[in-house]
Amino acid sequence: MSRSRVALLVAAVVGLTVLTGCGGGTAASGSGGGGAITLGFAQVGAESGWRTANTKSIQSSAKDAGITLKFSDAQQKQANQIQAIRSYIQQKVSVIAFSPVVETGWDTVLKEAKTAGIPVILTDRAVDSKDTTLYKSFLGSDFVNEGKEAGDWVAKQYASATGPVNIAVLEGTTGSAPANDRSKGFNDVIKADSKFKVVASQDGDFTRAQGKQVMESFLKSQSKIDVLFAQNDDMGLGALDAIQAAGLTPGKDIKIVTVDATHDGMQALADGKFNYVVECNPLLGPQLMDLVKKVAAGQSVPNRILTKETAFDQDAAKAALPSRQY
Amino acid sequence: MIRNLATDRGRGPAALTKHRLFWPAAALIALLLGNLIVSPRFFAVEIRDGHLYGNLIDILRNGSPLILIAVGMTLVIATRGIDLSVGAVVAVSGAVACVELGSTSILLAIGAALGLCLVLGAWNGWLVAGLKIQPIVATLILMVAGRGLAQLITGGQIVTVQNGPFLAIAGGYLLTLPLSFLIAMAVYALTSLVVRRSALGLLLESVGGNPEASRLSGLRSGRLIWLCYVFSALCAGVAGLIISSNVTGADGNNAGLWIELDAILAVVIGGTQLTGGRFSLGGTVIGALLIQTLTTTVYALGIPSQETLLFKAVVVTVVCLVQSPAFRAKLVKRRRRPESPAVAAQPEKVEVAS
Repeated sequence: MSRSRVALLVAAVVGLTVLTGCGGGTAASGSGGGGAITLGFAQVGAESGWRTANTKSIQSSAKDAGITLKFSDAQQKQANQIQAIRSYIQQKVSVIAFSPVVETGWDTVLKEAKTAGIPVILTDRAVDSKDTTLYKSFLGSDFVNEGKEAGDWVAKQYASATGPVNIAVLEGTTGSAPANDRSKGFNDVIKADSKFKVVASQDGDFTRAQGKQVMESFLKSQSKIDVLFAQNDDMGLGALDAIQAAGLTPGKDIKIVTVDATHDGMQALADGKFNYVVECNPLLGPQLMDLVKKVAAGQSVPNRILTKETAFDQDAAKAALPSRQY
Repeated sequence: MIRNLATDRGRGPAALTKHRLFWPAAALIALLLGNLIVSPRFFAVEIRDGHLYGNLIDILRNGSPLILIAVGMTLVIATRGIDLSVGAVVAVSGAVACVELGSTSILLAIGAALGLCLVLGAWNGWLVAGLKIQPIVATLILMVAGRGLAQLITGGQIVTVQNGPFLAIAGGYLLTLPLSFLIAMAVYALTSLVVRRSALGLLLESVGGNPEASRLSGLRSGRLIWLCYVFSALCAGVAGLIISSNVTGADGNNAGLWIELDAILAVVIGGTQLTGGRFSLGGTVIGALLIQTLTTTVYALGIPSQETLLFKAVVVTVVCLVQSPAFRAKLVKRRRRPESPAVAAQPEKVEVAS
């Protein structure tokens, strides 16, 4: 009996080790030479539907472009991401690309990459550093503009309103570029008119769970909320549950504006639960691979590359939903 | 514990402060009162859609996964152990349930999720009790591997579910109370009953107090310790169902992230020492509610995101300091220094008596 039990457990241990090898990320070493391009990509995490669409796009387009991809998931922690980048430097990959979890604190590790002669590309999120030679290019959305578009919609909706308009904001991860910039873009628009009041604003960490819990609390601490600006779809989706539990109708009693346009978010928009969604395109894989090839070949690339984006209202969502990839 | 309360009450208010649940309970009440002062509407509870609605209800509902995990953790800690893998088990449980719901019935999905959790718990228990690996190391393995496992099950995606009965686990109400809180309370009550009405609690305390002595006196401590880890994983599994039901999906990365630390904190605030031995399930529940109240307070008071962690740290530090008899004794001593030394010696006597 005991022997078979031991055998079973050994099998389980081996199984677990293999599983972590696959799920964990940075492991697989292998030689990066032979002329082929190796891209080390340090992803933020899998915190939202947007992010997983982004990950998929990068993984599949790397395959199509014949680029060897080393992928790591930082689980939304800067320390993990720095660690992953350092391991890419040690493995001597051809190009490093990453979406910085937060904006600051990257100078040291980026200098290490520069010293090692490995070019760095930022995707989706920017870093806040005075030394712009630390990275070759930044490929991603204009977050300030996304916040501004959301603000514009609110301003237009309530153009004729006379009384105060109470706005609640579910912020993204504190310190992250999209959270900072979307807040900035949004606030720049609404502060032009004194009737707009941000009555509550809290960190929802871009996740459904946090978005829901924070919204629950907003609904209790605020006597009236007219508009909710959720800085991504998932927090908005979490907030939907909270609003419904409070006996209110999302989309009517509280107008909801979000950013991202993930599949679930578009569905909520088409169902009339969201009112306006500003797109933030996650499918930047193909653009990134082109960039990687150029950078690896030593060609010069523009310092800032914008992704193509639009915005949807409820009717546009119904029309666009069937052909959406994510 | 209930018996203790009754006998303590007989000895008047002075005895009340000596009760081991006094300080955690006082901290919880102080935090709630602080909320009341800052925002008078904090305590407003009303009936909406046929169920209770308010901040207090949110605390009960959102705190229930932590209560569950902390109850399991209490027993593990009572045996001088620790279970760092509960957060990962939460993620695994949610992942299995949500993926299985796509193809099978809700009962099978829940059964599969909890079944796997039992296996994971048995694995932890075997490493600790069978191979005598230090608990912090043994459970660290699953803490890391478990998240990988959860990601593998979900394929790295957030798997969303629309199954009504499953969503009711976290969103449903029974007799106007949140279903998730009732589940947590049922587990707590059952555990208390089994542990305190049988010799099990005593055996656990003796194993935690001195494993070698209890083994020599004929106790099969290995099996007991193993059982605690299985139970802890089961509790984490149920919590995982609640957490994934709450967000209508399984998130391998974030579900239950760092909840093991909150659970350990809840156990410690509740008066159970990490060195094993005496434990208090009631204290753990109060500790878990304290932590959730703190989170809800942050949102309700609108504390800016940048200051949230600092605020929490300050509150937790104060709670821990107030609970430390040595710190209280120092405080009292300093205040009474001008008086006769005989008075100053009193708090130390209290410590010996308890």
